[in-house]
Amino acid sequence: MAIQTMKTALLAFGLTVGLASGVGLASGPALAAGEEVDLINEHFHHEGPFGAFDKAAVQRGYQVFTTVCASCHGAKYLAFRNLGEIGYTEDQIKAMASQYTVTDGPNDDGEMFDRPAIASDYFPSPYPNEKAARAANGGAYPPDLSLITKAREHGTDYVYSLMVGYEEAPADVTIGEGMYYNAYFAGHQIGMPQPLYGDDVTYQDGSSSDIHQEAHDVVSFLHWLAEPKLEERKRTGIKAMIFLVIFSGIFYAYKRRVWADLH
Amino acid sequence: MSASHEKPVFKNGMVRWVDDRLPVVTVMYNAIGPGHPTPKNLSYWWNFGSLAGLMLGLQIITGIVLAMHYNPSAAEAFNSVEHIMRDVNFGWFLRYAHANGASMFFIVVYIHIFRGLYYGSYKSPRELLWMLGVVILLCMMATAFMGYVLPWGQMSFWGAKVITGLFGAIPLVGEPLQIWLLGGFAPDNASLNRFFSLHFLLPFVIAAVIILHIWALHIPGSSNPTGVEVKSESDTVPFHPYYTAKDGFGLGVFLILYCLMLFFLPNALGHPDNYIPANPMSTPAHIVPEWYFWPFYAILRAFTADFFFIPAKLMGVLAMFSAILVWFFLPWLDNSPVRSGNYRPLFRKFFWFGLLPCVLVLGYCGGAPAEEPFVMISQIATAYYFLHFLVILPIVSSVEKPEPLPYSITESVLGSDDKATLASGN
Repeated sequence: MAIQTMKTALLAFGLTVGLASGVGLASGPALAAGEEVDLINEHFHHEGPFGAFDKAAVQRGYQVFTTVCASCHGAKYLAFRNLGEIGYTEDQIKAMASQYTVTDGPNDDGEMFDRPAIASDYFPSPYPNEKAARAANGGAYPPDLSLITKAREHGTDYVYSLMVGYEEAPADVTIGEGMYYNAYFAGHQIGMPQPLYGDDVTYQDGSSSDIHQEAHDVVSFLHWLAEPKLEERKRTGIKAMIFLVIFSGIFYAYKRRVWADLH
Repeated sequence: MSASHEKPVFKNGMVRWVDDRLPVVTVMYNAIGPGHPTPKNLSYWWNFGSLAGLMLGLQIITGIVLAMHYNPSAAEAFNSVEHIMRDVNFGWFLRYAHANGASMFFIVVYIHIFRGLYYGSYKSPRELLWMLGVVILLCMMATAFMGYVLPWGQMSFWGAKVITGLFGAIPLVGEPLQIWLLGGFAPDNASLNRFFSLHFLLPFVIAAVIILHIWALHIPGSSNPTGVEVKSESDTVPFHPYYTAKDGFGLGVFLILYCLMLFFLPNALGHPDNYIPANPMSTPAHIVPEWYFWPFYAILRAFTADFFFIPAKLMGVLAMFSAILVWFFLPWLDNSPVRSGNYRPLFRKFFWFGLLPCVLVLGYCGGAPAEEPFVMISQIATAYYFLHFLVILPIVSSVEKPEPLPYSITESVLGSDDKATLASGN
């Protein structure tokens, strides 16, 4: 009886899944606004259950971020002290922070004043507010990048594809004033001019700075920025798994023993 | 081996002293200890009740600590969640455990409910037990909805707007009611503050209803896969150690799944838009609730045309709530004297090939954009859903010829009358 029930259940479940995925496939194109585009599947060192950040790539990505992205985009959850997590020393962090100016105050005279940033400061945003950002960017708002790889579907692949996806618009596409053609942006018209061309930075570690390497590095950095506890999370997860497998094993043995006299 | 109903005698003098004055130990002994006789043939489908209780406990614990660091103001809510993720010790763990915990809680509860639907657990004398369970589900849904608003991301804001907008569909009082619920014309600080307050309160209401649910369970005792009531002590085993051991193993397997989500796919069940701060000026392309609301969301959106003077939206809202409210009447819609689907050939076919696929298809459509063919599929599935409970179930239960039931649980376990007679010592 039980086996028959299980068989029926499996059959019903299989049919349903088959039906549902059939519907999904048939209507795939309807899901996206316009046509469906496959993102580039870039491999990152932080992927997989054991994957950790490639600190050298994240550091290079920070260089790309500060040199290129940060002129329009903020990263308001990034404190300079956090850079210790990607391998910078305290002295390096102090030196890097001091290149930025932040507004502090009010002082004892009631005045706001500018001073060089220190490790506990947050990365300064390029614009004082959203209105100023829009005014400087032809009405478009460059979003804060702190969470960008988690705020988009398949975020790391998406941002990578976007970085390398600028192309000449096809002949039949008319591009609006102040817009650019990108193969991976929804609707293909994006307000952000192409940010990376290759050789936008000179890497201190001598790595190649072609556009793919720069895009890879900046996405590695942005994912660290979005999910800084990724390594701690996976390490804890492995320990939890080991514990739980043993826990379940012990309970299974105990259950077998307790029930043995009934069978 | 069999449980005794007499007052237990405790060896420890201190325990005895306390128990004579306040018999909490006796209550526990009789609730989940050796004093609770339980059918000996419960399958692993019966593990999900205790797992649901555990999930409520975990959600309350992680939730209370999260509340110590969370700031329920429209300006700071999103920031405070990122503060938890970045600066609070193990804050990422608390938040991911709580967010994925909600999903796991619903998985467990949905399996628990479908177990009840298949094995006829709602039938006499367990009608109130079943109805209290439906009340718990409704409270859970309200709690989960308000919890999803708290991070104040895009889906939080727009989800709150859509769901409170449902109350706006009620004739005459709808619009003032919606404004009263939100504390304004749109979700804002006032809404967020009250949602936080209620999100904190409701789990304790759920805990109280669970006490009633367990109380009502202990009057007739657990149902079982045969649906045949316990006839003698030989049909039962004491809850402890038999089911504490079995629940313990189930707990381990469940926690492995939960931890896989929590530690390795923490955002897989969430929506990326909720990592964008709430913005009343920018509507997301597709507003979708969390996955556990998808079947009901599909029913809501299945109503696209007004019917005379009844607006489509109102019908959708009524249908959505009716989809759960119909469960309150289940004990009377299903008249079959046989409980378990194992002995009901026709019922079984409609359950596995009708109801279950119907709910899964509704779930799929609820998560898909409101476009064809999903709208049409939702409409067919919604019609079938109500047809199942209101027409098919009553007809099936009166025309069906059930398969022969075992005489007792012991007979079903041991396979034949002879052995059963031997085992029960008759």
